Amino acid sequence: MLNIPAIRWGKPYDSLEKEDVVHFRTGEPIAQLSQVGGGILKRDMRKAQSARDALLQFSPEEILEKLAVAGKLYLEADLPIGDGSQTPEAFVHAQSATTGLPEHMCRSNMQKNAFVLQNMPKILDSLTRGLDLNILARGYGKEPGRDVMLSYQVQSPVLGAVLPSNSPGVHTLWLPAVALQLGLVLKPGGKEPWTPYRIFSAMVEAGLPAEAFSLYPGAGGDVGASLLSSVDRAMVFGGQQTIDQYAGNPKVQPHGPGFSKILLADDVVDDWPQYLDLMVQSVFANSGRSCINASGIWASRHTREIAQAIAEKIGPTEIKDPTDDQAALAAFTMPGMAPAVWGMIESDLAEDGVTDYTASYGDRLVQMERCDYLKPMVVHAENPEKQVASKEYMFPFVSVVECPQEEMIQKIGYSLICTAITGNEEFARQLVNATHIDRLNIGPIPTHKVDWLQPHEGNIIEFLFRSRAYQSAPVQVAAS
Amino acid sequence: MASDTLTPEVEAAVKSAKDKLDAHTYEIVQWHFHESTGCPFWLEKKKEFNFDPLTEVKGYDDLKKFPLFEDEWLRGGPVRRWVPQAYADKPIYVFETGGTTGIPKSRIAIDDFRTDYSLFSETLPDKYFPKGSNWLMLGPSGPRRLRLAVEHLAQVRGGISFCIDLDPRWVVKLIKRGKMDELEAYKKHCIDQAITVLTAGHDVKCMFGTPKLIESLCLGLEDKGTTLADVGITGIFSGGTEFTPQWTRYCIEELFGGGPEESGIYMTPTYGNTLMGLACSKPVTPEDGYKISYYAPQPRAVTEVVSFDDPYQSVPYGETGRVKLTTLTKEFFVPGFLERDEGEREMPYLTYPWEGVSGVRPFHGFASSTTVGVY
Repeated sequence: MLNIPAIRWGKPYDSLEKEDVVHFRTGEPIAQLSQVGGGILKRDMRKAQSARDALLQFSPEEILEKLAVAGKLYLEADLPIGDGSQTPEAFVHAQSATTGLPEHMCRSNMQKNAFVLQNMPKILDSLTRGLDLNILARGYGKEPGRDVMLSYQVQSPVLGAVLPSNSPGVHTLWLPAVALQLGLVLKPGGKEPWTPYRIFSAMVEAGLPAEAFSLYPGAGGDVGASLLSSVDRAMVFGGQQTIDQYAGNPKVQPHGPGFSKILLADDVVDDWPQYLDLMVQSVFANSGRSCINASGIWASRHTREIAQAIAEKIGPTEIKDPTDDQAALAAFTMPGMAPAVWGMIESDLAEDGVTDYTASYGDRLVQMERCDYLKPMVVHAENPEKQVASKEYMFPFVSVVECPQEEMIQKIGYSLICTAITGNEEFARQLVNATHIDRLNIGPIPTHKVDWLQPHEGNIIEFLFRSRAYQSAPVQVAAS
Repeated sequence: MASDTLTPEVEAAVKSAKDKLDAHTYEIVQWHFHESTGCPFWLEKKKEFNFDPLTEVKGYDDLKKFPLFEDEWLRGGPVRRWVPQAYADKPIYVFETGGTTGIPKSRIAIDDFRTDYSLFSETLPDKYFPKGSNWLMLGPSGPRRLRLAVEHLAQVRGGISFCIDLDPRWVVKLIKRGKMDELEAYKKHCIDQAITVLTAGHDVKCMFGTPKLIESLCLGLEDKGTTLADVGITGIFSGGTEFTPQWTRYCIEELFGGGPEESGIYMTPTYGNTLMGLACSKPVTPEDGYKISYYAPQPRAVTEVVSFDDPYQSVPYGETGRVKLTTLTKEFFVPGFLERDEGEREMPYLTYPWEGVSGVRPFHGFASSTTVGVY
């Protein structure tokens, strides 16, 4: 069994308090994870500038090269972790065993992280809209061919992140910080320490300075809260309550439910079967666990037929062993969570005008000895006022909502991703202007299809750097 | 068996302590259940029992005849029903515990808190808790015992105590509402006052602080370019279920800068509450993995570690169970109160020849609903 210490600016710290990271089905301990308190983190943050200074020893170009190497190592190498090491297959097996995500989905998420590390120049080119990274590194400078002084001030020497246990794909969001020469302060999820530790290991093996990285496993209410209060720029991943708690806090970028949607406009809705696979995949990919999965499909007509057709595709899905390449459902490994979610859904289903189109495919809640599953659900809401129309859950769950097109934009609510399938330019223009839509896809693009050359959820450049005025003039020094 | 590992000297001490506990138990039960001295609560309760405490309780083991003490009995009044007849004319204090939601638990006190802390004073090394030096009490006051108790401790050692107030009920509410920024501001407000006292030339050398407040105080002092040792602190007593081996290690190694010989700061953990008094700790050492083992102030109070399934059955030494408390003073009688904590049963040793408890933490059955704040 692995013994995994905390990492304090690159140095392992073996705590006297350890938590077992266990297999979600057998309860077998896979690793012991050191648990540290928030006080240690707060005290360590006094040296946060040293983390940035260590990265500033390298040029942005050198860091990008090392990140590309790290991406390859992350994907292919046997990398140290705690008092042992892990092959890529062992990593996938461990991640699946503790999070409940099928192994082939873990492999797929691994590809995403590796892609981001290996393609960081292009991704940063997109995120910065082509800015020379040396200007960010130095804090000011002029771009070639333009006699305009640009200045960007970094808002924190490090980026912090309170990471979740259930969504290995979210790590792509904080990876660019290293290329921007900010240190990393991470609180790994209790059930998913694997990705942050492996990325840390890959980066150090690739030649990046270990002292730029800290990993503090521990209790969310203690270490997580300490991280968010003592790091000047941090991400947190959680539910709506977390989002509400940190809304308006400039130091914290909360990431939570996406409430991503597909809108079938009136000009295409009669051809809905043409988009059925796109809708199914948007709901079903990654076991419906991502914020970029569609939780709502909105149309003015044919909604019952759409719900029926999607239900026929995903309703019969069976639970399979996580090592099975055909496994499509992820387990709920936190005791009591799936029954609690089911309770909320039952309450929504009790409302008039709400129909469960997956009811005929057997019980949706499946409780096992050490974990639970929720099987895919397709629910029809006859108007947007039904409670279920605004819900999102961590499994393949979608509400098909009947709504006139002219009311759609106003009533869909916040949407991380909105795929609007339409050729209607007026409707598309209205969508462009809708400020409650974050990432907008016009046309038949699945919600989970990420274009890495577009800004991602909460642009990290805008979060980490402040654009400001910078003027300089030569100073005449008296001759001595 | 555990007794196999006790030396004859410790075995003799254990027997002597048990004899003393039996005699003390008899005396206390006689006091609380006699019409001329007992309190209205117990005299009334006696009518429900199928045994007579006055004739059938001859020693500690006979206390098992009592039903478990229910903490609901302490919620709500009239509080005077707990005052022994013999003390009816004495000045009475009431101390509270809990109270974040609903009615707090109350207990009456006359001199117990002074006695508890006078006895505790005798366990403190004079080298680090110099007689005559002043104290800082960094913790909750209000309806709690702590402020008066620490003040008495300072006085009994010839010093004067400065106090910082902290309202733990407000802290818990802030946490439950997710107002972490307000919580930080409130904590800073308390720490700022503590730093003001410590840097105002009052010759404060000793202090009480909860683990989180000690941590915040050290960080606050570091922000100002100084340390706890620099401002003159040499002795600290602290307490609470957050006093874990890992926190102690971090505190000693990093916040203090080393053990007492190196940093000049000695810290002793304690485990106590309004009902019990103050349990002392076996010395905490790096060699022993900073293990913290508490021993109740027998015979005034007894802690046992009992089975989760059968609260009348002690678990074997080294095993985990729930902490059960019995208080045996003339002011207050609490037989078999199941604490909100669990831990491991520890062997007697020469200083404390009765069983102790280590690894104290919130009872796992309650842990998910317990909000732990700065206090």
